[in-house]
Amino acid sequence: MSTATHMHGRIGESIKRKEDARFLRGKGNYLDDFVLSNMLQMAILRSPHAHARIKSIDTSAAGSMPGVIAVVTGELMAQHKLAWMPTLSGDTQAVLATDKVRFQGQEVAAVIAETKYQAEDARDAIIVDYEVLPAVTSPDGAKSAGAPLIRDEKEGQKDNHIYHWESGNQATTQAAFATAHKVVRLHTFYPRCHPAPLETCGCIADVNSATGKATIYMTSQAPHAIRTVFALVTGLPEQQIRIISPDIGGGFGNKVPVYPGYVVATAASLLIGRPVKWVEDRNENLISTGFARDYHMTGDLAVDEKGKMLALRVHLDSDNGAFFADAQPSKFKAGLFHIVTGSYDIPTAHVTADGYYTNKAPGGVAYRCSFRVTEASYLIERLVTNAAIELGLDQAEFRKQNFIKPEQFPYTSATGWVYDSGDYPKAMDVALEKLGYAELLNDVERRRKQGEVTGIGIASFTEVVGAGHGADFDILGLRMFDSAELRVHPTGKALLRMGTKSQGQGHETTFAQIVTEELGIPAADIAVEEGDTDTAPYGLGTYASRSTPVAGAATAMVSRKLRDKARKIASHLLEAAEEDLEWEVGRFYVKGSPDRSKTIQEIAFAAYTNLPEGMEAGLEGVHYYDPPNMTYPFGTYAVVVDIDKGTGQVKVRRMVAVDDCGVRINPMIVEGQIHGGLTEGFGIAFMELITFDSDGNCIGSNFMDYLLPTAWETPRFEMGETVTPSPHHPLGAKGVGESATVGSPAAYVNAVIDALSPYGITNIDMPVGPDKVWAALRSKGVTE
Amino acid sequence: MFPAAFDYRAPASLDEALGLLAQQGDAAKVMAGGQSLIPLLKLRFAQPGMVVDIGRMRGLTGVSRNDGWITIGALTRHVDLERSYDLPGQLSMLPEAAHWIADPLVRNQGTIGGSICHADPSGDWGSVVLALGADLVARSANGERVIHAADFFQGPFTTALGPDEILTEIRVASSSKPAGGAYNKLERKVGDFATVAVAVQVELDGGKVSRAGIGLTSVGATNIKATEAEKSLVGREPNDAVIAEAARLAAAAAEPKTDVRGSAEFKRDVVRVFVQRGLKTALARAKEARV
Amino acid sequence: MKVSMKVNGAERSGDVEPRVLLVDFLRTNLAQTGTHIGCDTSSCGACTVLLDGEPVKSCTLLAVQVDGRSITTVEGLANGATLSPIQAGFHEEHGLQCGFCTPGMMLVGTALLERNPEPTEDEIRWAISGNICRCTGYMNIVKAIQHAAKAQAAAQAKVPEAVVVAGGE
Ligand SMILES: Cc1cc2nc3c(=O)[nH]c(=O)nc-3n(C[C@H](O)[C@H](O)[C@H](O)COP(=O)(O)OP(=O)(O)OC[C@H]3O[C@@H](n4cnc5c(N)ncnc54)[C@H](O)[C@@H]3O)c2cc1C
Ligand code: FES
Ligand code: FES
Repeated sequence: MSTATHMHGRIGESIKRKEDARFLRGKGNYLDDFVLSNMLQMAILRSPHAHARIKSIDTSAAGSMPGVIAVVTGELMAQHKLAWMPTLSGDTQAVLATDKVRFQGQEVAAVIAETKYQAEDARDAIIVDYEVLPAVTSPDGAKSAGAPLIRDEKEGQKDNHIYHWESGNQATTQAAFATAHKVVRLHTFYPRCHPAPLETCGCIADVNSATGKATIYMTSQAPHAIRTVFALVTGLPEQQIRIISPDIGGGFGNKVPVYPGYVVATAASLLIGRPVKWVEDRNENLISTGFARDYHMTGDLAVDEKGKMLALRVHLDSDNGAFFADAQPSKFKAGLFHIVTGSYDIPTAHVTADGYYTNKAPGGVAYRCSFRVTEASYLIERLVTNAAIELGLDQAEFRKQNFIKPEQFPYTSATGWVYDSGDYPKAMDVALEKLGYAELLNDVERRRKQGEVTGIGIASFTEVVGAGHGADFDILGLRMFDSAELRVHPTGKALLRMGTKSQGQGHETTFAQIVTEELGIPAADIAVEEGDTDTAPYGLGTYASRSTPVAGAATAMVSRKLRDKARKIASHLLEAAEEDLEWEVGRFYVKGSPDRSKTIQEIAFAAYTNLPEGMEAGLEGVHYYDPPNMTYPFGTYAVVVDIDKGTGQVKVRRMVAVDDCGVRINPMIVEGQIHGGLTEGFGIAFMELITFDSDGNCIGSNFMDYLLPTAWETPRFEMGETVTPSPHHPLGAKGVGESATVGSPAAYVNAVIDALSPYGITNIDMPVGPDKVWAALRSKGVTE
Repeated sequence: MFPAAFDYRAPASLDEALGLLAQQGDAAKVMAGGQSLIPLLKLRFAQPGMVVDIGRMRGLTGVSRNDGWITIGALTRHVDLERSYDLPGQLSMLPEAAHWIADPLVRNQGTIGGSICHADPSGDWGSVVLALGADLVARSANGERVIHAADFFQGPFTTALGPDEILTEIRVASSSKPAGGAYNKLERKVGDFATVAVAVQVELDGGKVSRAGIGLTSVGATNIKATEAEKSLVGREPNDAVIAEAARLAAAAAEPKTDVRGSAEFKRDVVRVFVQRGLKTALARAKEARV
Repeated sequence: MKVSMKVNGAERSGDVEPRVLLVDFLRTNLAQTGTHIGCDTSSCGACTVLLDGEPVKSCTLLAVQVDGRSITTVEGLANGATLSPIQAGFHEEHGLQCGFCTPGMMLVGTALLERNPEPTEDEIRWAISGNICRCTGYMNIVKAIQHAAKAQAAAQAKVPEAVVVAGGE
């Protein structure tokens, strides 16, 4: 009989997560849970000023306090050539300030003590004399004549400008604009926000004074890349560095960069000869580690009289903070921003970008985002809804009219991206159907007649994930492949090790399922390990939704390699030619006589006990996968809001989310990812904000000010899906971790704008708080 | 983030607590639920020599009625007021106000007395006691005194209490007339302090307002008693015009500042909207009130 | 200063400075690291424990303040290998991703069902509104608590069925 018996955990099955067992019992191993013997604690003193010259630092009182082992300053770091470090964007960043502080919260000194209470007590006793300088808090401020020079230590740096960058075709775009029937403009600001995973960042550096080996436990989304960066920065031989990324309490991009705390703790452990732990508190996390966005964008969309989009022109000013530390691996200064033509067949486009230094924290991480695609998606989706409103067209119809058609794939966009696959009208139709769009439009009409303020917002985003093909994507020259190493033990159980690092995405389950699918070993029999650079194969880590597209592909490929070997062994065991063997999940059988078969477990045993002459023993392998292209997930989100005229409060009545991320390996996990993204998108749209006063003081430096949505505010999501496989991914999967954060902010804001459109309101910048909505309504004379 | 070092005492009785305070003077800080004090200690904004934890003594909890007064013990937790389903109509505002304070976990630990003594102008109970026209009873080693709510709040985080005094109870004269209240709060999310909140209390006598109380949250250096607005209601039949006038006067009494939560104009207007809404609800509640 | 309390049913004591927060006492002195720290401003609920059965923030309590009282942490939820209905609900409904908020969420859920065995969705959302989750969007946390409510109701009706998630640590 050749009908497959049910194999637990194949692709498409929502099996429960393997990793839950420890988390449910409070037995996860997060960084702060580790206690090494003889371990010291570190606390960092940070600048209270946004911009100031350091005149002196007096550590004498702090140094003699109980339990204090050492007080480290920039001067000491400089003696070891570690006062500055390289960033992922080719700039330098201060580890501990030596000359000036350039943002509030910048690292100035560190205390190492026996307990964390003692470390904090002594930190308070360090006296720093500052000469306060005027602060720059926006690109406009950075450009203005007489603006203070922030990076005066940089040779050749005469102003606060970092880069100018362009994409697309200026001439054809200009020509198209000249013939346009209508040009719709949107000037909008995507404000600074922060990934704020519930667990903050931290490390334990343990440099063995006998062997010199540095073992560093670190909340890192990319342990291997960090190891290489550490080797380059510190000069330590790479085999002497071991990064261990334990369980991570959420990352969302925050845990990609190297932070000064890691470098100082490592240096301190090296100098003192004891393990040093540093765990930042929430305030430190919000004021100093990787922020996201902070793009000031102007988009012009040219449309003809029939409503056909002709051309897109975009300029953005990027606020990069004091050091250009965008955590992104492309050659493009503004990351993947030039995917800004989105889901639309726009013949020509031109994008220009300028980056500026300001007296704000560095970062520019991809907060649940694929390197600036979020800003791009937000801009185009807002622009399209605004254009529909301005042209008097239905926003869904206008989108459909201009979508890239299913038959146009693979599609090359005006800025040169090759979209792998898509069926945008279908996702839109599923969303409209779920929403009951036609009926809803009538309902909106009715309510508006009764004086209610209500509206519908749509966003049909296209994401670009799975960085990436090595030709375009690298970190310090490291091509953005990823890896999987699979060992099948004699008893048929397996160990899968990957170069990625889960932060809650359920890799231990999803990747086991890929092996199940490809090799027929039940998911329960496969252990998945990540995060230890001494044991895992080299990989670039988990961010930008790249794990499934890249490491998932590597897992499929390595499984197939093992299956090829298994076929040879089966042929030997069954005494049948390889071509005469048929594979069905979990076993090989002889064509025509399905009873003559060998299971993968039997084959695994034979791989160690009964091999064909001359074959290497064992059943294991490794695969490094360099993807031929990115994948392009997409979807349509639709939101209905009601607005309280008296208070400006926005209530999301409905949120429909239709995602297409290709083949879903574990649909339950995929949906969970989308729920999370829709919620972070909701937070960004309505409450998350890091802002600064004119002196550069950070507002949004704790969870009383940096607002995260609770279960009470968060909408209830109505989910839908379509499946358009990726043609180039071995499993047809596309990656999904970020679609919802990329696509949803525009949907939420579009709903607000639609609700306010009868009053002629076309823009409110995020976060859309009640005060802004009230002010917009009031400006048009609307009140309770 | 950790507090600087301090001594800690947990007196078993009020007298013992008052004795400690008398001895320690300014150096000691009373702690009830700790839900405002401990965050301040962690930020090291407060660095007292001694914390006197009154949260572990017995008594000073619950709502009781006697001698013409309704009395709320200072150590009554927010959650207990939130779940007081059997309060007289006169106190219908209490569960509603409690419901919107902080979040469920903080409400399980924080107390009404602690909140009033903390005197955060963004605190909710301050407006409630102002609107109710409550009396605050303070004890020290030297005896007891009664402070009218209207005299209690002196500035941001500053009250009429001396360092040796403990607030023991909040009391309200019971009324035999139909009365009702409402608490409206605009917050950005659960756990956020009010952008604006308004406490409204009315008492009716034969279709006319016989007493009115309006307290404003987060729109000044203290919780504000909107006296002019209250006066405008008394003796009047509360029709739409009267309500609108009271709302206008209350908005005029607000002294909001522009900040991340919004502009001063915005907050002032929300006061107006909330007084209007609150009065309508409070009147409806008064009409069907249990006395 | 001496302090003693019941933690997950066992009498535990220690000698701490008065300023030591309950969360540090649990994590450092008692090595019970299931209780987490997510913020400095009493805003996130990662540190939630049950104090005499009611959820509170252990980062906003002094260890000495709960002297003589009874604390339940996530480590006290399961009965040996058998998960509590709430834990099983979180597993079945995918109510956790990174797991960092999960101990707090499960403790709040446990206390809620104790007080209100059949909560509505609104009641569940309100009860967990002091706890932040950055990963799940709360949808599946709500379902997990509903799952537990149903399981408990069913268990009342018949003999309980053990739910075991393999693995452990
Ligand atoms: C995240 C968070 C959100 C919050 N949101 C709100 C909100 O929306 N609205 C709101 O109103 N509050 C809010 N609060 C504050 C909360 O209500 C506190 O519980 C309350 O303000 C203080 O009560 P407590 O019993 O905890 O007092 P404690 O913190 O113990 O004490 C506060 C102050 O009052 C003094 N004190 C306490 N009791 C007495 C007494 N009986 N006699 C004399 N002095 C005394 C103390 O010395 C201290 O100065 C929030 C708190 C947190 C942590
Ligand atoms: S750690 Fe965030 S509330 Fe306790
Ligand atoms: S599961 Fe990650 S914070 Fe909730």
